[in-house]
Amino acid sequence: MSLSAKDKETVKAFWAKVSGRAGDIGSDAVARMLTVYPQTKTYFSHWKDLSPGSAPVRKHGGIVVASITDAVNKIDDLAGSLLTLSELHAFTLRVDPANFKILAQNILVVLATMFPVDFTPEVHMALDKFLAALARALSEKYR
Amino acid sequence: MVAWTDFERVTIKDIFSKIDYEVVGPAAISRCLIVYPWTQRYFAGFGNLYNAAAIKSNPKVAAHGKVIMEGLEKAVKNMDNIKATFTELSTLHSEKLQVDPDNFMLLGDCLAIVVAAQLGKDFTPEVHAAFQKFLAVVVSSLRRQYY
Repeated sequence: MSLSAKDKETVKAFWAKVSGRAGDIGSDAVARMLTVYPQTKTYFSHWKDLSPGSAPVRKHGGIVVASITDAVNKIDDLAGSLLTLSELHAFTLRVDPANFKILAQNILVVLATMFPVDFTPEVHMALDKFLAALARALSEKYR
Repeated sequence: MVAWTDFERVTIKDIFSKIDYEVVGPAAISRCLIVYPWTQRYFAGFGNLYNAAAIKSNPKVAAHGKVIMEGLEKAVKNMDNIKATFTELSTLHSEKLQVDPDNFMLLGDCLAIVVAAQLGKDFTPEVHAAFQKFLAVVVSSLRRQYY
């Protein structure tokens, strides 16, 4: 299920459209992940406040979405461009890779709420594939 | 028995009263067939599923979308016993239709996205959590009779 040329085009075009709201997208996605899949809170026990809209959630949402934007720009070499992030997640954070899928689904839901017309099934599929490819690249250094 | 909070009960009933079954059902199933094309294996008798446009305009797909919503409505009306409500449907999916139960959440994920698109801002993280819990109970009940 690797990204076709058309998938990459679709992802880049859609992301260009939505990047103006990147901060909100990231923040809402992280907030939803913590609320809808509470087991993910175990990775953030060091935060004072895990509620939607809190400062740590907003900040982390910003970090996550900035990395996604970077990945969109380097879509032709995800494994290479995500090497350092993969090492971080593998050796320091040790996030179970199953959670990447969970965050991905929450990003897609946020995009559906914010861009109901533009988030067509075709865009949904391309983004689902892209986020899966991103997750694979992020899991690269795990073992 | 599943423990529902008052918020969850009210929220689920509210969502189902707000959404148009004729729109959401067909949109969810067609999205599933497009985004996860391997699910088309269960709909060989539906005719033309060749591309997204064909799927979106296929009348059998649309009709099946409504059947799915009617099934979900039974669960909404029997939230305290979804397991029993879906015993027959579970047996049907397992023995007759032979659907890999991992596919149930693929449809569930598409349904969440279609409902999210319909409700926009109103699909808050808390509402989303209630809906996701409902979907998880439905999927678990549909898996129940598999052996």
